[in-house]
This record gives sequence, C-alpha cells and structure tokens, in this order.
Amino acid sequence: MPANAFNGFTEYGVGIGLRVPHYRHILAKKPVVDWFEIISENFMVDGGRPLEVLDSILEQYRVVQHGVAIYFGSADKFDREHLKRLKRLVKHTNTPWLSDHLCWGSVDGRYTHDLLPMPYTFAVARHTAEKIRAARDYLEVPICVENVSSYAEYHASQMTEWEFLSEVVELADCGILLDVNNIYVSSQNHNFDPYAYLNNVPHHRVGQIHIAGHSKFEKYILDTHDHPVLDPVWKMYAHAIKLVGNTATLLEWDDRIPSFDEVHNEALKANKFREQQLAASTA
Amino acid sequence: MKRLKPTNSGSNSSPQVPREVNSRAQLRDLQRAMASALFRPLTSQWGMQKRWTDGGSMEAVAAEFIKPNDRLSSFERLEIYNRQYWFRTLDCLYDDYPGLRAIVGERRFMKLATAYLSRYPSNSYTLRDLGNRLEQFLSEEPQWSAPREQLALDMVRFEWAQVVAFDGPAKPPITPDDILDSPPSKLRLGLQPYLSLLELNFAVDDFLIAVKKRESDVLRGEASNAMEAAPKSAVRRKRVRLPKREKVYLGVHRHNNMLYYKRLDPEAFAILSLLGSGSTVEDACLEAVTARERTNIDWSAQIKDWFDAWSTLGWFCRRS
Repeated sequence: MPANAFNGFTEYGVGIGLRVPHYRHILAKKPVVDWFEIISENFMVDGGRPLEVLDSILEQYRVVQHGVAIYFGSADKFDREHLKRLKRLVKHTNTPWLSDHLCWGSVDGRYTHDLLPMPYTFAVARHTAEKIRAARDYLEVPICVENVSSYAEYHASQMTEWEFLSEVVELADCGILLDVNNIYVSSQNHNFDPYAYLNNVPHHRVGQIHIAGHSKFEKYILDTHDHPVLDPVWKMYAHAIKLVGNTATLLEWDDRIPSFDEVHNEALKANKFREQQLAASTA
Repeated sequence: MKRLKPTNSGSNSSPQVPREVNSRAQLRDLQRAMASALFRPLTSQWGMQKRWTDGGSMEAVAAEFIKPNDRLSSFERLEIYNRQYWFRTLDCLYDDYPGLRAIVGERRFMKLATAYLSRYPSNSYTLRDLGNRLEQFLSEEPQWSAPREQLALDMVRFEWAQVVAFDGPAKPPITPDDILDSPPSKLRLGLQPYLSLLELNFAVDDFLIAVKKRESDVLRGEASNAMEAAPKSAVRRKRVRLPKREKVYLGVHRHNNMLYYKRLDPEAFAILSLLGSGSTVEDACLEAVTARERTNIDWSAQIKDWFDAWSTLGWFCRRS
C-alpha cells in the first residue's frame, strides 16, 4: 500500500540505491532523486569517509535503510553488537522504516555473507517472526522483510515460499519489501507461477518494492543486479502495483554499475506503470 | 539422519542433516550442515568437491537436504551457493590486499586466501573485517608466504592499518589549550584509535604505492581497450620490484577523512608508542631520545616540531 504502518505512513516515489561510484556525482551535482536506499552495514562504522558522505546525503535527501546481515532466519540469537550499531544508525538517519531479508546467513558465529533460503516450515516461521518482533521492539522502527531470490529448496519445506512469507509477516505483524525480480528469479529456478506469488501475499503489508536486473544461465537464473530490469519483471511490477498501489519503489544496481544518470533513468521507468495505476484508480 | 564429520573449515562439530525442521535445534542442524558445505574450498576448476570430509559422496550429502529439480541435481544447486561464498570472499580479500597479492603472486594469493578462510571463516557481519586475522594466520602458517614471510607480515599489518584508518573511531582531538596547564611530567595523552603505529622491516609503503599505480595503469588500459587483447601473463611481467630490507616507522592515519601514511623518525615513533602505552609526555620524550646515536640534534626543538605536527593532525586525544 502506498502509505501504511509498515513504511511509516510515507508516500515515497521511485528511489535508487546509494552506491560508491555515484558519490562524487551526487555530492557535486545534487541531482533530483526522490529517495536513496542505503545498505545499513556500509554505514555502521565508527567514523571516517562513509559517515561524512552519509551526513552530506542526509542534508539533501530522504534516506531509507536496507540491511543485508540481520539474518532473521538464523537459528542463532542476534549479534548484539550488530543490533546496537544498527540502532545508532537508525537514530542518525531517522529512516521511516527499515528492511532486511527473510533469510539466514550465519551459524555458530560464522558468516557466509550470503542471503540463504529458509526451510518453509511452521516452526521456522514462528522462530523467524519472534526475531523480527524482537528486532522491531529494540530498534523502534517499522520493519519490512524482503523475499530473497534462491537457487535451492529443502526437502524439509512444508509450504510454498509465498505461504511462508505470509505466515511470517502475519505472526510478526511486520511489513513486506516485495522484490518482484527475486520472485521472478525464484519462479524460474523452482518452476512456480510468479503471479501466484504476487496474488497470494498480504498486499496491505507491502511497504516497499524492489526491482532489479538478473542474468540467465543455461540451467538457472542468477540475481546479479548488474543489468537493466528485464521485460518479464516490468510486467510483474505493473501487476504488483495494481495489487498494492503506488508503493515506494527502488531499483537495485550493484555490479557493473553504469553512470548515475543511466541507473536513475532506468529506475524512473517505473513511473510509467505508477501513472497508469494512478489513472486507473482515479477513473 | 546422517552424521557428518567436521569440515576442514576449522569447526570441530559434526553437523547433522535433518529431513524435518520442526524446532530451532533442527534449524540449527540444517544451517550447520549447509554452512559446512559452503565453507569447503572449491576444486581447482571452481566446482564443489565431489567428496565429503569422511570420503563419502557429496552428491549423497546434498541430496539429504536439498531437493533436485528438472534441470539441476541437489549437488548442483548446493554448488551454486558454495561457489558464491568463495567468489564473494576471495574477491573481497583480492581487492583489500593488493600489496600481499603482489608479494606472493596472484595464483599463490588465491591459495593463501583459501587456506586463511578455511581456518578462519568470517566472524563478523561485515566483509570489512574479513582480513582481521590474516596477520595471525600468516604468523601461524608462514609456509603460505615463504620465502617472503617477513615482508608479507609487514604488508598485512600495513594493509589492515589502512582498514582501521579508513573508518575506525575518532575521539575529540586535544587542543593546546586543553593541556596548557598540565606539566609534561604529569601529562598523559591518548592517541586516536584510527592511528596505527607500525615498525616495519621493509618499505612496504613505497611498494604499495607502486603496486596501486601499476594496477590503475592496467585498469586505465582496459578501460580504453588498449589492453583488451593482452594476455594476462603480459600484465604479470610488469611486476613491481620487491622492496629491500630496511627499517621503516610509519603512522597510518586519516586527515579530513583521507587516508595517509606518514614516515616517522625512530625517536618520534618511540615517543608516540610510549604515549600510547601510557607514559607521561616527559617520560616518553626522555626515554625516546636517551641513548640514541643521533647526537647532533637539538632535541628540544625537534620534539616541539613533532608535537606541533601531531597536534595539527589531531592525533592526540584524552586517554580512555
């Protein structure tokens, strides 16, 4: 939904991820961008250039935090130092909501630095929801969890991914960061209908949408974030917007990053679908 | 359930692979099994090892918990994650340690990095810290950098100091006014946490500058397509000459959020080191210049110049 409890009742438009190769351009040219998404962990440092850049960005732009290492789905308890630093950053950026992934990535204090898929079971959904609630209570900010792209499924799973996502967010009473590219990638890798996914998640909980590019290989698709958004993903985005309304949308481009203008222009293509949705809803 | 032997990733636990995940304990078992598979080094062809640590079939282990699909076996699906783990972490070390890479060579660097990560998998949520035990590892397993063990150690200490200087914590610097009334015999100063003092046996600072210049020249060539057709061996032939053994004292720090390394005189290094370990200013200066061979120096004037420079750079702070 455009503005809801899960995105701090904001009405953000189309944003892009803040990435190092664009720092100089952004700080010098101050381009008009509706909002930037930052990777929280890149700024959970004690000082130096990253925080200087962040402060300059915060003076000019709206910023939303997106994390890659909370690991709501890890069996381990939270890394307290991680959460402490994250809370400090939340207070610093005043982010209206915070997102991270519905995944695991560490065990016994050892980190894979990956977004690994969950086994879709009721027990795991309960465990994950408890961790999301605990994080939200500690961080004092709305949380949206993002569906990840995946390349493997477990024998242990008892339900579909979208049923698991729905179960978790209902139990946790949290929002969804709906990544339509990730849904497409996983649908191709696991042979399911991506529209069944889109149609069956709780739409009123969607606080943000991600779009991105991916890479096709002979037997699978990788979520590489190094291309423009592909047509099937734009079509899914149009469908998602119809279902959830003009929700805050962000383009991710993390590898082989082209110029700032190229990335921003690619993101702004989302406006075509948003305008169509607006026209349809007011007709 | 199948009981698995420890991997060569440094873990002594024997992960179990549950077919059902109906509790947190079973979730942990599944995650331990998968992480153990991911942490196992790739083959020389960048694939997943065919055998598990007990000599059994890796295909069978993967099939225990990963579903196959119509295009990929359980092994192949798990292999995607195994490859991603190693590509990501090796890439990170490759980018963060160009000096060490230049010393041991590209191919050996990959073997060294693989051995390091196998013994010390990441223990931090951030890839920034991935090399935080590299110095310890090279001290414990010098064979990976032989016959340049000491040079490699110096370089790793220097490259880690740059990580710390880049985004390490800073305390409010002390101004001359703050210490105006404190006699040197009682004054103790802290040093900024982002400042590292290094006593080195090789001029790794000059060497790293040359290595980075060479790499940026190569990158410029690639960007203009001038180097596109050149074989990699042509790039390797342009190796920077390794530094000769010489005593070097460095302060690695930042100023206005830019990274710097500053050469220090031995006496200056000694003063800073003594201050860092809690000596008073007077004791540090006396100890540092006493019994030094350099006698034709006006130490009072020299020490004042040093303190003025360090104060301007903001290196002093209150002791915690």
